[in-house]
Amino acid sequence: MSDMVTLAHGSGGSKTSELIEKVFRKNLGNRYFTSDDAAVLPRPEGRIAMSTDGFIVSPCVFPGGNIGKLSVCGTVNDLACMGARPLYLTCSYVIEEGFPIEELEVIAESMGKTAREVGVNIVAGDTKVAGRGQVDKIFITTAGVGVIADGVSTSGSFARPGDKIIVTGDIGRHGTAILLERDDFGIDAEVTSDCAPLWVPVEAVLKVCPEMHVIRDATRGGVGTVLYEIAGEAGVGINIDRAAVPVAPEVAGVTGLLGLEPLYLACEGRMVMMCPAEYADAVTAALSSCRYTEGATIIGEVTSDNIGKVVITTEIGGQTFLPKPGNELLPRIC
Amino acid sequence: MSELTERTKKYLEEYDGPEIRIMEVCGTHTHEIFRQGIRRILSPKISLISGPGCPVCVTPVKYIDEAVYLALESGCTVTTFGDLVRVPGSSMSLAGARARGARVKVVYSPQDSEKYASEHPDEQVVFLSVGFETTTPSDVLAVKNAIRDGISNFSILTSNKTMPGAYEAMRRSTDAFLYPGHVHAIIGTGICSELAVAGTSGVIAGFTGDELLSALAVTVRKFSEGKPFWVNAYPRVVTDEGSPAARALVDRYMQPCDADWRGIGVIEQSGVELRDEYSDYDSRRKYNIPEFKTEYKTACRCGEVLQGKITPEDCPLFGKACNPEHPVGACMVSGEGACSAFYLYGGKL
Repeated sequence: MSDMVTLAHGSGGSKTSELIEKVFRKNLGNRYFTSDDAAVLPRPEGRIAMSTDGFIVSPCVFPGGNIGKLSVCGTVNDLACMGARPLYLTCSYVIEEGFPIEELEVIAESMGKTAREVGVNIVAGDTKVAGRGQVDKIFITTAGVGVIADGVSTSGSFARPGDKIIVTGDIGRHGTAILLERDDFGIDAEVTSDCAPLWVPVEAVLKVCPEMHVIRDATRGGVGTVLYEIAGEAGVGINIDRAAVPVAPEVAGVTGLLGLEPLYLACEGRMVMMCPAEYADAVTAALSSCRYTEGATIIGEVTSDNIGKVVITTEIGGQTFLPKPGNELLPRIC
Repeated sequence: MSELTERTKKYLEEYDGPEIRIMEVCGTHTHEIFRQGIRRILSPKISLISGPGCPVCVTPVKYIDEAVYLALESGCTVTTFGDLVRVPGSSMSLAGARARGARVKVVYSPQDSEKYASEHPDEQVVFLSVGFETTTPSDVLAVKNAIRDGISNFSILTSNKTMPGAYEAMRRSTDAFLYPGHVHAIIGTGICSELAVAGTSGVIAGFTGDELLSALAVTVRKFSEGKPFWVNAYPRVVTDEGSPAARALVDRYMQPCDADWRGIGVIEQSGVELRDEYSDYDSRRKYNIPEFKTEYKTACRCGEVLQGKITPEDCPLFGKACNPEHPVGACMVSGEGACSAFYLYGGKL
C-alpha cells in the first residue's frame, strides 16, 4: 500500500477498497460494519436521539487527541447530553490528496479505541479524496443515534430558578491546547486538550438524578456561551461564582497573558449540568468517581432575576455581567 | 476572600465623606475595574472616570489615515496590534484598506514585525508604534535590532505618547488619579511627588482586584484628609527610580514632541518620535506622508468620555449606532476603552 492518500483512493475502485480494509475496517470494524450500501441494525427500545457534527480542526493532531478522537467524542457527547446511550455512529471523511496513510491510521485507531471505550459501534462510513489545496488535510463528519433512558428528559429550556450549576472539570483546555499548538503567540506552555467521551459519567449522573434538567456540551464557545444560551432558552438568570470556576494554572497563565476569558475558551470534554439543588451534591459525587469528570464542581445557580443574563460574583465579591459572547475567538478549533 | 479585602471593600461601600472623583488613566485598569465589578461596590460618594489611558482610544483619526495611506498608496505591508485594525479613519479603517487589497497583518509584538521584514525583503514593512511608556521601549528595540541586522525595509509609524503631559492636561477633571502601575515601573515616582507639590493628587495602583481596591481605599482615605497627596500602592513592582535602562534606550533613539490626543487635542511635549538620525526608520519621513487635516465628523462624543465630562451612556450613539460589532469611536473599538467596557459589563444589575 502506498504511503499517502491519492485521488485513486477516493475513486470507488480497488484502491478505495484497500484503504477501507487496511485502515478503516481494521480499526473500526464490528458486526454491523459491512460492504453493503447501508448498515442494517436492530431497532432499539424507547425514544432515540440523533445528532451530527463536522470536524475541521487545525492542526488535526494536538496534545491530548486528534481529529478522529474528537469526531467520536463530539457526537457521543451530543447524544449523552440528551441522556442517550450512544449506539451507532457513521463517519464520513474528506481527505486531502497527499495525506500520509500513517497519520490516517493513527486517526482511525483512536476513533476505534474511543468508540469501543464507550460501547458505540461505527456502522457506516464514506471516504472522499479532494485535490491538494481543496481541503486542509482531513475533515471528518460523524452522525450518531442513541437511546434515551426511560424517564429522562433534558433540555436547555428546563433550567429552573434554584437549580445548581455544575461543570464536569477544569475549563478551556481544548481551546488553549489548540492555540498553543498553532504557535502564533510564541508561548511555551504545556496544555493537553480535555477531549473525552462522556457517556459513562452521564450514565452515572442519571442514576442518582433522573430529574436532571440540563446537560450541555461546552464546545466551541466554551462554558460562557452555553450559560448565555440556557439563560435565553429557559428565560432565567444565571449567577456564577468566579472563584469556584475551575481553571488549570497553565490555562489561567495563557489566558491572563493574552487577555482571554477562560469561560469562552473551547472545551471538548466538559459539560455544564443544571439540576435541582437537592441533587447537586450527589451529582457532583457521582461525577467525581468517573474518569474524565474527577474535577466536577458546583459553580453557581439559576436565578429568577437578571433574566437572560449571566452575572459573575467576582473574586473580590463584586458583581458584574459576564460580557456576552463576541466573535469567534479562534477559527477551526473543532 | 481575605479579611483585608473584606474590610477594604466595606470601607469603600460605606464611605460617607466628601464626594470624590477618581480618574484611572490606564486601559487595563478600566477593564479590570469592570471585570471585577468594582464600580458597583463603591459608595455613591465615589465616582470613577475612565480617562485617556487606552492607547487605541487616544490615537487620532489622522494617524489611521496615515496608516491607510501607507497601506494603499505606498504599497507597504502594515503590521499592527489587532485593536487598531477596526478603528475608523476619515475615509476607512485598516480593515477597509485590507478589503481593498492592502496588506495589513496583525502581529503580537514589534519584534514579530521586524522579523517579518527580515523574512520578506521584497516588502516594505511598517509597524504601527502606538502606546505609552510601557510599550515604547519595545518599539525602539525593534528599530535597534533592524539597524543591527541591516534590515532596511522596516520602519515604524510613531504615535507614542507620554503620561505626564496627560496628567497635566487632565488634572482639573479629577480630584485624584489612579496612576498606572506599569507606566510608573518605567518612569518612577518623581512625577507623582512633583504633581502633589503642585496640588495634584494620585495613587499608583496595581492590577489585581485586591490591588485596585486597596489603591482606591488609600485614595479616598488620603483625600478625606484634605491635602494634596501621592502614594505608591504598587511597591512590589514600582520603585522610585523606575527603569533607567528602559528610559535610556528610548532617549537614545527618540526625542520629545507635541502629540495629538484623540478627543483632547494637541498636548505639548506629550509624545516621542524618532530622532533625526534614525529618520530612515520613521515611516512618516521615509514615505513622505502628506499632512492629513480632514476632521472626522460624527456625533461620537469619545473626547468628552475621555475627559470624564460625560459617561458613555450619555453619548447618543452608545449601544445604538456604536457598538463593539460596529464601532464609531475608538473607545468602543478597543476592549480597554471606556465605551466598550460600559457596553460589555454595564447595565443595571
